[in-house]
Amino acid sequence: MSIVSRWLLAASALLLGGQSALADINMPVGVTPISKEVYGLHMMIFWICCVIGAVVFGVMFYSMFKHRKSKGAKPADFHESTTVEIIWTAVPLVILIAMAIPAAKTLIAMEDTSDAEVTVKVTGYQWKWHYEYLDSGISFFSSLHPDHNAARQKGSGVDVSQFDNYLKEVDNELVLPVGKKVRFLHTSSDVIHSWWVPALAVKKDAIPGFINENWALIEEPGVYRGNCTELCGRDHGFMPVVVRALPEAEYDAWVAENAPAPAITESTGAAATTAVAAVEEDADREWGLDELVAKGEGIYNTNCASCHQANGQGLPGAFPAITGSPVATGPIDAHINTVYVGVSGTTMASFANQLSDVDMAAVLTYQRNALGNSVGDTVQPSAIKALR
Amino acid sequence: MSAASAEHHDHDDHHGPAPGLTRWLYTTNHKDIGTLYLLFSLLMFFIGGGMALIIRAELFQPGLQLVDPLFFNSMTTMHALVMIFGVVMPAFVGLANWMIPMMIGAPDMALPRLNNWSFWIMPFAFTLLLSTLFMEGGGPAGGWTLYAPLSLQGGDSFAFVIFSIHFMGISSVMGSINIVATIFNMRAPGMTLMKMPLFVWTWLITAFLLIAVMPVLAGAVTMLLTDRFFDTSFFSAAGGGDPVMYQHIFWFFGHPEVYILILPAFGIVSSIIPTFARKPLFGYASMVYATASIAFLSFIVWAHHMFTVGMPLAGEMFFMFATMMISVPTGVKVFNWIATMWRGSMTFETPMLFAVGFLVMFTIGGLSGLMLAITPADIQYHDTYFVVAHFHYVLVPGAIYSIMAATYYWLPKWTGNMYDEKWGKIHFWVSTIFLNVLFFPMHFVGLAGMPRRIPDYSMQFADWNAVATIGAFGFGFSQLIFVYVVFKCMKGGEKATDEVWEGADGLEWTVPSPAPYHTFETPPPIR
Repeated sequence: MSIVSRWLLAASALLLGGQSALADINMPVGVTPISKEVYGLHMMIFWICCVIGAVVFGVMFYSMFKHRKSKGAKPADFHESTTVEIIWTAVPLVILIAMAIPAAKTLIAMEDTSDAEVTVKVTGYQWKWHYEYLDSGISFFSSLHPDHNAARQKGSGVDVSQFDNYLKEVDNELVLPVGKKVRFLHTSSDVIHSWWVPALAVKKDAIPGFINENWALIEEPGVYRGNCTELCGRDHGFMPVVVRALPEAEYDAWVAENAPAPAITESTGAAATTAVAAVEEDADREWGLDELVAKGEGIYNTNCASCHQANGQGLPGAFPAITGSPVATGPIDAHINTVYVGVSGTTMASFANQLSDVDMAAVLTYQRNALGNSVGDTVQPSAIKALR
Repeated sequence: MSAASAEHHDHDDHHGPAPGLTRWLYTTNHKDIGTLYLLFSLLMFFIGGGMALIIRAELFQPGLQLVDPLFFNSMTTMHALVMIFGVVMPAFVGLANWMIPMMIGAPDMALPRLNNWSFWIMPFAFTLLLSTLFMEGGGPAGGWTLYAPLSLQGGDSFAFVIFSIHFMGISSVMGSINIVATIFNMRAPGMTLMKMPLFVWTWLITAFLLIAVMPVLAGAVTMLLTDRFFDTSFFSAAGGGDPVMYQHIFWFFGHPEVYILILPAFGIVSSIIPTFARKPLFGYASMVYATASIAFLSFIVWAHHMFTVGMPLAGEMFFMFATMMISVPTGVKVFNWIATMWRGSMTFETPMLFAVGFLVMFTIGGLSGLMLAITPADIQYHDTYFVVAHFHYVLVPGAIYSIMAATYYWLPKWTGNMYDEKWGKIHFWVSTIFLNVLFFPMHFVGLAGMPRRIPDYSMQFADWNAVATIGAFGFGFSQLIFVYVVFKCMKGGEKATDEVWEGADGLEWTVPSPAPYHTFETPPPIR
């Protein structure tokens, strides 16, 4: 749609009091009691500011048209009036108090995280989210959808307008129930992130060493999208949040299907439905070089390519290359250690909790035998399992 | 100004400017140093602006076309550092150097050698800062706020950034000490504090803010330096440190810094509006008190930049109410300017156009600031383009427009020539149109959910980002008109009278145009 027609549409919607066409230029009303209150506050302040602006600019422009020298205006000489000064100090103060009272009420409600029925721990990673349902034990990572990830690379040649929700699609969505108070616990494993879903009016910083909390009660089923809003490094713009709100029965079914038997599953890329038993079995068997490399490529693109680049060349000075790297072509134990433990003082995080045994073995093998490297050895999932 | 010095050999030739380049290197003359600051600021304006155009070019369309995301982050970081520390602050210091001695009837600044030093640190500081862009790993890419732990992930160039910030801080503090010493000690007999022009008052208060907070910034970045290179853990949670503490310390500097960037602008506008309304400022005393109140409040509102970090409810309440309070003294100022215009006899030469542009658009930025003060709404606005729109409205048509207004206003006094009024007005109108095309749509995309500091975005934000980019290039290139007008005026033009403006009031208009190399060697009589 052209800009002009959007403008016209937005203007007509404004006149008719419509909401839909304003979606691109105004705050969403949202689907929680808090988000609706916040929207109400936002519109209230907006209109108060409009009225103040209209009065102030009205007086000013009247004066500018009337009291100009070219119209023969003679300057008056009045100045200093205590009465006037008191009035224009007191009136704004009254307006402020009128704004502060409803704002304080909403703020108190926002901070009340008591009596939650579902608790989800949200952990920020560079550059993905990890969700852990504390009640049911379900946990998984959520990264930018692989198709979008491929399209957003510089020089990908992909027309991004073909995607319905470009950069706002993930591999694993956060599934939440409608009509239940959900409490979020926010923390981070590396730098500060911020988890934001506009439709829920939930935005909280994820800070390493801190656990922040807030909550949402979603009133309508649907898919709600957001982003990381605290600059967190190179791919800050590419760690979306997608929440799928399901009616209670469907949510319960989803939980039943995905809840791990006794232990917690860790999974990336694939859907979180992988059965635990199958994972265990895979980790124990002997894997061939080719199948590890094949599996490793996708893991690499999701977890490593942001820094080390899809071609393994890295970014000189910032992120080392994998191709020809002394680590990736050197002793296998040091290579495993780099990925398993991380390198302190750098962006290189520990992937021990981020990747399963098989995934880590696959990506290590991929790094040693692809991207221009050909060491020829394999890292077996059992070797990773033995480290844990 | 070379033109200025050439004209006044009649009574000043016994100690006029030194010939050649050494004049600028060794000068202790407040006018020379003021000129150096202003030209430095102009150069940095185009460097920082060029970075902004790289940002806007990448954001013209969705998808990544031009730069790597890491370089994009480094552009947003450097753009802010250059514009704040390299453009607005040096320009204000330059104006202070030029005008404060002339406004209070002093022969020069109180500490002329310190003055020379505080300027000449700046080119070195910015060479250090800008050189990081050419180092392995690139420049700082963690945002100008340098939040730990992200900023600690950068390459070794980080040390250069820290040292350059130290240098800028030293320069600012020395400049501020000089301004305070000048104002307190060098006023002509009879120039009581409450007779000083408002530009002097606002700068006095700004100087105290700078002396108070620049050391805080220096402390914060020094802790970053030791965390990064000497294994301390001030801000590293794994080592027992506290990443949120960095934000508290930073914004304890950062919020007063915001007012450092705007209080001198208030002073400039308070000088210009009465001149072109041909009517005295409505409430001089209340303007002084309002400035002081804003300065005081600026120390107790810092955490409104941090409403999403997880503060206790009581803390959020306090910072919300304190922040809202700032709109009272700010409102007093706006109402005072309008009351000054009311029933005046106004003309709209370029300085007045920029002052009125300031008044209108700064008020828009002030109103969106009031919206941001409402904590529950701020949680939605925080770190979106709505915030970007807000602070660009207060900084560009706020601080930058006031500097442009001041330049046009005092340029005839500095050079002895009138600038080209036609091109000045064209500069104003073209800038103002493009500026709004650039920044107004940012309100829309911000409210609709576009985070700031991202190199790529969803399709729903595409139209308005394209519009903003067009505005950015238009605004950027229209600043070349400014350069043209200023340099044309320096070279020649219609001779300016001593008073320059019909309604001008103040000591600077009692000296010849161009102002002699040394003014007020004997103090002027004060009415």
